[in-house]
Amino acid sequence: MELIIQDLGFIIGTTLMYSTPLIFTSLGGVITERSGVINIGLEGMMYFGAFAGAAVAYFSQNPWLGLLCAALGGAFWGLVHAIACVSFSAEQIVSGIALNFLGAGSALFISRLLFDGATQTLTVARKIPQPLDFLFGEGKMFPSSGFMDLVFNRFATVYLAFFLVFVVWFVLYKTKLGMRVRAVGENPEAANTLGINVTRIRYGAVIMSGFFAGLGGAAMSIAVVSRFSNTLISGHGFIALAAMIFGKWKPQGALVACLLFGAAKGFEIFLGSKGVPVAGDILAMLPYVLTLIILVGFVGKTTAPAAIGKIFDKGDHS
Amino acid sequence: MAAIDFSHIAVEMSGITKKFGDFVANEEINLTVHRGEVHALLGENGAGKTTLMNVLYGLLKPSTGTIKINGKSLNIFDPNIAIKNGIGMVHQHFMLVESFSVTENIVLGNESTKSFGILDTERAEEEVVHLSEQYGLTVDAKALIQDLSVGSQQRVEILKTLYRGANILILDEPTAVLTPQEIRELVAIISNLTKAGKSIIIITHKLNEIKQMADFCTIIRRGRHVDTVKVSEVTEEELAAKMVGREVSFKVAKEKQNPGEKILDIRELYVEDSRGVMVVNGLNLQLHKGEILGIAGVDGNGQTQLIETLTGLRKAKSGRIEVLGKNITNLSPGKIINKHKVSHIPEDRQKRGLVFEFDIAENMILESYFKPAFSKRFTLLRQNIYKNAATLIEKFDIRPQDATVQAKSLSGGNQQKMIIAREVSNEPELLVAAQPTRGLDVGAIEYVHQALVAQRNEGKAVLLVSFELDEVMNVSDRIAVIFEGKIVGVLDADDADEKEIGLLMAGGTA
Amino acid sequence: MNLTGSKMKKLLLTGSFGLTLISILLGFLVGAIVLLIAGFNPLEAYWAIIKGVLSKPKYVSYVIIYATPLIITGLSVAFALRTGLFNIGAEGQFIVGAMAAAIAGYFIQLPILLHVPLCIFLAMSAGAVWGGIAGHIKARFGVHEVISTIMLNWIALYLSNWSLTLQMFGKQGTGKSHMIQETARIDLFGQWKITEAGIEFIRSHKVLGDILKSPVNLGIIFALLFAFLMWYILNKTTLGYELRAVGFNPDAAEYGGINVKKSIITSMSIAGSLAGAAGALQVMGVSHKIAKLAIMEGYGFDGIAVALIGNNTGPGSVFAGLLFGALKYGGAKIQDAVGAPTEVINIVVGTIILFIAMPKLIQVIFKSRKG
Repeated sequence: MELIIQDLGFIIGTTLMYSTPLIFTSLGGVITERSGVINIGLEGMMYFGAFAGAAVAYFSQNPWLGLLCAALGGAFWGLVHAIACVSFSAEQIVSGIALNFLGAGSALFISRLLFDGATQTLTVARKIPQPLDFLFGEGKMFPSSGFMDLVFNRFATVYLAFFLVFVVWFVLYKTKLGMRVRAVGENPEAANTLGINVTRIRYGAVIMSGFFAGLGGAAMSIAVVSRFSNTLISGHGFIALAAMIFGKWKPQGALVACLLFGAAKGFEIFLGSKGVPVAGDILAMLPYVLTLIILVGFVGKTTAPAAIGKIFDKGDHS
Repeated sequence: MAAIDFSHIAVEMSGITKKFGDFVANEEINLTVHRGEVHALLGENGAGKTTLMNVLYGLLKPSTGTIKINGKSLNIFDPNIAIKNGIGMVHQHFMLVESFSVTENIVLGNESTKSFGILDTERAEEEVVHLSEQYGLTVDAKALIQDLSVGSQQRVEILKTLYRGANILILDEPTAVLTPQEIRELVAIISNLTKAGKSIIIITHKLNEIKQMADFCTIIRRGRHVDTVKVSEVTEEELAAKMVGREVSFKVAKEKQNPGEKILDIRELYVEDSRGVMVVNGLNLQLHKGEILGIAGVDGNGQTQLIETLTGLRKAKSGRIEVLGKNITNLSPGKIINKHKVSHIPEDRQKRGLVFEFDIAENMILESYFKPAFSKRFTLLRQNIYKNAATLIEKFDIRPQDATVQAKSLSGGNQQKMIIAREVSNEPELLVAAQPTRGLDVGAIEYVHQALVAQRNEGKAVLLVSFELDEVMNVSDRIAVIFEGKIVGVLDADDADEKEIGLLMAGGTA
Repeated sequence: MNLTGSKMKKLLLTGSFGLTLISILLGFLVGAIVLLIAGFNPLEAYWAIIKGVLSKPKYVSYVIIYATPLIITGLSVAFALRTGLFNIGAEGQFIVGAMAAAIAGYFIQLPILLHVPLCIFLAMSAGAVWGGIAGHIKARFGVHEVISTIMLNWIALYLSNWSLTLQMFGKQGTGKSHMIQETARIDLFGQWKITEAGIEFIRSHKVLGDILKSPVNLGIIFALLFAFLMWYILNKTTLGYELRAVGFNPDAAEYGGINVKKSIITSMSIAGSLAGAAGALQVMGVSHKIAKLAIMEGYGFDGIAVALIGNNTGPGSVFAGLLFGALKYGGAKIQDAVGAPTEVINIVVGTIILFIAMPKLIQVIFKSRKG
């Protein structure tokens, strides 16, 4: 019985750990798409964030500074996407593709310059801390490697991610700013006639999406692992994008979807550790199959922000 | 009328001219509206009414002219300035966020907040409820827009302007999408508003509503000011005459011809538009060989949906459409074109009629690319395709005379010639022409009219739908008037009287 | 194709060809600036690429081998784009194609003249199913193909990995499949190269021998064939006419009697079959097996870049595929030559695509220059 509880703790713990980078990035997706701009460049922004976070954390020995720089790095590429899509009416998906090349390419480029030609950083001395660590261990409140330890003794990024889900939800649904963001994503013409600056709102939202994707990358490189490597992100940005759609463009929905994807990974690792490799791949496949089925069965195209992907061009052309 | 305060001029627009390139949409238009007055702007589609109001609301910049609001000269270059000066506009196509609540839509851009920008939803809802009670605009403040009827959505739009302190309300075709019951409610609302000292400008082309609602009426024709009249002193017939105009229009020369067998038979047709509103309501229509039947009516009375259903682009809810005795209801466009020989000059030639990136030759085979003349075992016969195009270019005088030119680089008139050439060369039994002269110059219009008559003379049946009454009257053999999705009268073109048709079009009884 | 001088000029300045060319130049310009900032001489770096690509016959051969799968996935993406569909799923279609070819190549015993076509056919079918699913979901349920193909990419990856865990197919413990039969390979002189005569030939013939040092295979022939087929289908057949009409203007296509939904499914299936073929040719010509994929290999994603740079045409994809192949192969050499990071190539490619995405910006640049 105790063993089962411990296994459960292990699965929940790994689920939380692997969900976290996805949650950050997915929130970024929610923000930008709510304002009506598709961002499939999240992958590249996450990639860059993972590198920037690890590199800065390595050199400064300060993981928090790493996290911040990761976010700012992601935000920079968000700005590029915003310039292309909002100011120059770029095809949003094509621009996103370009950003995937640019985000990953620039990360590896700088990595090679800073780390002696390597496409990975060195191991950071200090990872993102585990804030509740003092509660666990010999003679503490909870024993180490027990259920409580496995579930709750997590990196700060895990708690931050959950907190930000709340924040994004609150801002989107409870504040003036959030209402305007959603209005711009649903009907920019209407928002414009009411004096809302569509361009400014969209710039902000797209930059924030990069900011969040950067956080997601760092949550991977300086929390889940302790260095950046060229295979670290490999598609997580796309999974986060899928999670956002699965979650019907809502922060809380995206959270659930990310946990689902994370749980699949958690089970995969758990079964792998128990020597049951066969089910691993099928299990890993499951969330994608599920997402597809849900898209077909329930989501369709109705819950996406109405003006998504559409170029908004205001003004008198005479 | 009692509400009007003649000592206070709310809106004074003088000498407004608005040009789009070479096209003059408004020319030296004057408009004066007093406090508490309902002023109607009457004119046909494209007469320039909406352009004038977009100028007043700051969505368009006038080329010349001045605007005074409550006696103050203003340069309104942005809707925000209009809003600040108490002007509100309810657009024909509502500007609402479908997934938002009534309250959210009303306060958007002007939100009441607690500290830190947190929305004060309760206060906002109270304000909305208060406002709606004050003017008798009943709406559920918490309901989502997507769940509301069109009439309620319109009330939300009006509330939006009132919430922003509007004293001058512009309503663009406010009744176009309303049911008769909703129109009655709107009349009551407008009366409440004027009692409270608001001025209202209604853009419309429906005469009975002007009689019902307006105090004064300014008539605009082809961008020019025709007259401003006191509504109580004119009849609907007089208004219709002013709207349609008295200019001598070129009659299309055509021989009298005896119509032959029945080609098209529509019985009890019901069709919904994309929003699920029934816009064709039990329509009946018959059309014979060798005649042109013109459908007269103002925009938005179900013409578009009727034609889409007839050509397979939209599904009918119920009813039956027969061509030469065969049922074609809800068949695919391909079947209707090729098996039942129905050709279609579409209303929107950019959206439907042409593939802009294709060259002339490729556009000419849009409906016949698979036929033996143009393909053999799945391979296109390039030579035949370009020979076909060259022949049609010659015959229909399409410029430039080069089959390899992309459709998008042709002028509007030549694009329309291309479509006509293609549709006519398909040898149809029935030719459906929707707004075939929209946006064309005089020469091209004449050409199109002659082409339609030529088809009729060859014994085809031609169904012409147009919002231009002149056109319907000049080209048709018979005229059917459509109103609210029904044919409300069929007249012989020779005995038809402009005023009589105008009255039917506006929902009056002849 | 007899373009007169003035027509050519017009094409360059107004058409998308000109836009592409300007974007490519701007891409290299930005790459040069990045190199400069990083303290490298961009001319030296670019020269290293050129030398690394052209200075030996073997290098040219490698570029072609690198370019082959990219050309074909590029064709796949381009084909779908011509019908107005964004096939992000070339990656997954590539994977199922490779898997199908590896399975058919290993399990089936046939003479080479039957085995090779059969493997390619099965791989193309697998790819067609994979693409067709996305097309069907779009036509029937309105789910955007970008989302469904992202899902299908991952399903393909895990399906392929799972197949390697099966006793009969995967070599246990290696994470790799068994090698495909000789009869399923499209290598040129693969066996002969390791005979004594072959080794002697390679040593004594300077040019041919050098080329043979690379894993020469028939892949490029197929790539060119596919490019021709794509051009032929799109421009010369009724099917291509339908697909292009739908791509340019679905409303007009519908009005003209073309079945738009069917066209979407057909187009995605053909696109899928192309990417599937790319996977098959990679297995049959280069790797001879499939291996467990920890991450996406990126053939499909690179194909998107190839298609966009190639302006979505057959010949364009061949050109862009070769450009991309050369950049990938030659770019790897600037590390040694000048010490500059290889990944400047990704920055160049990304910038090119970014500019291609914004024709408005390029028009602005040109207008402001004209004053």
